[in-house]
Amino acid sequence: MDINLTLIGQSIAMIVFVWFCMRFIWPPVMKAIEERQTQIADGLAAAERGQQSLDRAKAESGQLVDEARKQATSILDQAHARANEIIADGKKAGAKERERQLVAAAAEIEQEANRVREELRGQVSAIAVASAEKILMREIDAKTHEDILSKLAAQL
Amino acid sequence: MASEGGHGPQTSGEYIQHHLQNLQVCRAENGEWIWNHCAGNPIAINVDSIAISVILGVLFVWLFSRAAKKSTSGSPGKFQAFVEIVVDFIDSSVKDTFHGKSRLIAPLALTIFMWVFLMNLMDLIPVDWLPMLGQAAGIPYLKVVPTTDVNITFGMSIAVFFLVLFYSIRSKGIGGFIAELTLHPIAPPLKGAGLIAAPFIIAFNFILESVALLAKPLSLSLRLFGNMFAGELIFILIALLGLWQLPLHFGWAVFHVLIVTLQAFIFMMLTVVYLTLASEEH
Repeated sequence: MDINLTLIGQSIAMIVFVWFCMRFIWPPVMKAIEERQTQIADGLAAAERGQQSLDRAKAESGQLVDEARKQATSILDQAHARANEIIADGKKAGAKERERQLVAAAAEIEQEANRVREELRGQVSAIAVASAEKILMREIDAKTHEDILSKLAAQL
Repeated sequence: MASEGGHGPQTSGEYIQHHLQNLQVCRAENGEWIWNHCAGNPIAINVDSIAISVILGVLFVWLFSRAAKKSTSGSPGKFQAFVEIVVDFIDSSVKDTFHGKSRLIAPLALTIFMWVFLMNLMDLIPVDWLPMLGQAAGIPYLKVVPTTDVNITFGMSIAVFFLVLFYSIRSKGIGGFIAELTLHPIAPPLKGAGLIAAPFIIAFNFILESVALLAKPLSLSLRLFGNMFAGELIFILIALLGLWQLPLHFGWAVFHVLIVTLQAFIFMMLTVVYLTLASEEH
């Protein structure tokens, strides 16, 4: 329990340790802590900025989507109008075509009727000649009466 | 426990005495350096206290400087994180108290805190382990906890005391320091018939302030010494119980963890407070 030289030895040891701590321990540790503090502060600020720009981008993209939707609607409307137009045109063209076809068919029918009539006329005259032949067989020589017969056939 | 010392039967008194005895080397009357017969000799060194405290100081310095050397501002390793927690804790404690600029006070506080903490922590090693190891190695006495040696605590508080004097004189000048010692707390009369009383008042002030000044290192060291010595003594008494010491020993050790930390913190904080008071302008 006596006071002795240990006291001085301990004081010297303490001075040495404190000096060492002041010189080699405290400054680098403090520097690291302070640097990290600024880094964290910077990081937080950057995150803040990122959040802000994200918000801005979100607003912008919303606007773009709205615009695009509007455009799409107008394009759709135009397309509908155009389709209606095309249908109307088609209808008109179809009607015209039908008219034309009808006229042509009528003409053809007319022609056919004439031809058939002509044919019928021939056949009827042949039939008439044949029947007249049969009637006249005994009295009329075909050769002598040929000119009468052909006149008759021409009249038929 | 008491009879397991390896030197034959030993009374409780001898066991306790043995545990409280430092390993000493001193210069005898005839100029020779001798071991362990040094009672009352001021030219003596408590080898065990000095050795253990220096070993612990080097341990602190080595661990922390290793962490400091490798410290990065990026994400820290676990040990660096621990060091930074301690450093940050000390730094905020110091900044709360000391408002001036000083490159010394914060590292001083860190060194005091960690060093005293490590020295106190030796108290938690079972009291017989290191002394018995020492005996096996031929060392007759070994007092394991340096802070149970009044020389160690007083040595530290004297260093703090000189720092207090240095800071006082630096911030107030020698005149200011002397004025602080002599003109408080009773202001001496400067003129008239009271002038005769002035020297007495100054002497009274000086005695009062000197006592107040000297009480600082004394209380600082004796508080730490008293706490640790009492704690160690109780550990020794508990060890005397032998086989049945465990519950008591455990309880006291748990309580002692608190004391160990608290005393280290108090020593550090009071050092900072004294230096703050010394460097404050009045």
